[in-house]
Amino acid sequence: MADAILVRDLRKSYDGLEALRGVSFEVAEGEVFGLLGPNGAGKTTTVEILEGYRERDGGDASVLGHDPGSAPRELRERIGVVLQHSELNPLLTVREAHRLFAGYYARPRDVDEVIALVGLEEKRDARIKTLSGGQKRRLDLGIALVGDPDLLFLDEPTTGFDPSARRSAWELVRSLRSLGTTILLTTHYLDEAHQLADRVAVIAEGRIVALGTPAELIGESTTTAIRYLRDGEPVLVETSEPTSVLHELTRDALAAGEELAGLEVRRPTLEDVYLELVGGEEEQP
Amino acid sequence: MTILLHQLRFEQRTFWRSREAAVFIFVFPLLLYALLGSVYGGEIGGEPAVDVLLAGLFGYGAANTALAGLAIILVGRRESGVLKRVRATPLPPATYLTAVLLSTLVIFALQSVALLALGGLAFDASMPENPVGFAGVVVLGAACFAGLGLGAASLIRSAEGVSAVVNVIVLPMAFLSGSFGPTGEYPAFLQAVGDVLPLTYFLDVTYGVYLDGDSLLADPAALAVVLAWGVAGLAVALRRFSWMPRER
Repeated sequence: MADAILVRDLRKSYDGLEALRGVSFEVAEGEVFGLLGPNGAGKTTTVEILEGYRERDGGDASVLGHDPGSAPRELRERIGVVLQHSELNPLLTVREAHRLFAGYYARPRDVDEVIALVGLEEKRDARIKTLSGGQKRRLDLGIALVGDPDLLFLDEPTTGFDPSARRSAWELVRSLRSLGTTILLTTHYLDEAHQLADRVAVIAEGRIVALGTPAELIGESTTTAIRYLRDGEPVLVETSEPTSVLHELTRDALAAGEELAGLEVRRPTLEDVYLELVGGEEEQP
Repeated sequence: MTILLHQLRFEQRTFWRSREAAVFIFVFPLLLYALLGSVYGGEIGGEPAVDVLLAGLFGYGAANTALAGLAIILVGRRESGVLKRVRATPLPPATYLTAVLLSTLVIFALQSVALLALGGLAFDASMPENPVGFAGVVVLGAACFAGLGLGAASLIRSAEGVSAVVNVIVLPMAFLSGSFGPTGEYPAFLQAVGDVLPLTYFLDVTYGVYLDGDSLLADPAALAVVLAWGVAGLAVALRRFSWMPRER
């Protein structure tokens, strides 16, 4: 399959501070690619270079066969963008905002169809200023889809969503994926990356520190956690050889005629792997 | 062209829907004219006071609409990310800005008509001696102050402060240029300041066309000062205008 995005050794500095120190990855056509990392790691800088907002200092970048640095109109016809912070004129209605943006594209999608797709039919004639945060985010997504993009950039699309709104946003992303839209997603949420992304890159301090399918990333971690209770006290054993450790435990317990209360064997989650990779630092809100 | 009209239609729709903007930008100069026209009687410099004030408030309206109004709109849109969002669409930036500028011209032209109607109906003020020339003055005023508005929008950093900043520019300028009444009695240094302001010269051109029926080009020196200010604002904008909000 052809690459929708190709990035090689991307570099960017702000005032002498290196935000990107040689980032490389590619996103295949039709793929959902997740970019994970703590704040300030370089996620948004990477995405904004690919969207044509920022000039790169070094390296190569290709988006749908175009150099995003020159951001030709032909490229902007084919991409959709959901920014982290952006507003639309609060005095327009949902439908007017969609019509406004549809007018910018040579071959827009049907406005009402897009509004239905993002689940805003009931708010179609409501002014934007009356929408809730989650509804505004869905509006951002609708506006991004109205030009019928081949490639969609989603910069933290579900930040601030409640769990059920997040689920329905995920469903929407899945249905877009099934229609063949390529998606570059940045997110804070590990479960979101795990649920949606075909492949994930973890970025920290301007470098990609891991890249692969969620299963591969988890598989790279060799530690299994075994927990149980001994005399009411929790015991944790971390091991790279869970089979033999577990065998010994159960054998001894059987021999002593005891029950291993609270026995739990857990493979690491994407979150464990991620925290290991980015140094276990808590994210600053 | 279609896309330009599309954007212009939405610009107009959102302007008139925003009550704050419509009142402050469109109604305020009319209100000031109604007040000053009721206070000043007789003549100013040999012309009917209601005519001189109409020209003065017309000039204030140009600065208020095209400088203050445009800067407020653009800074607000920049800082809230509206401009950034538009930049990712195929809409050419020049088309977008042209629509915003044309929308400003439409608002100012309607305001000028409203001002003349108010003057004619309420104060028996004169109608322009040279209507075609007067239409030219409307375009000149919108263009000059829109140039300054673009420049101001490029320099003003905060959406919270933009209304205050532009009013600190526009209101004293209107006062010193004679929009609100004659400046002949002002102290010399205030008159000296007034003598470099674009609105002073824009009012000179306006008086000539509106009251004397002069051609738009009758006072080339004044016209040159007005245009020079507009070009200076545009030059600042070309160097400093940004589509991106400040980093948060």
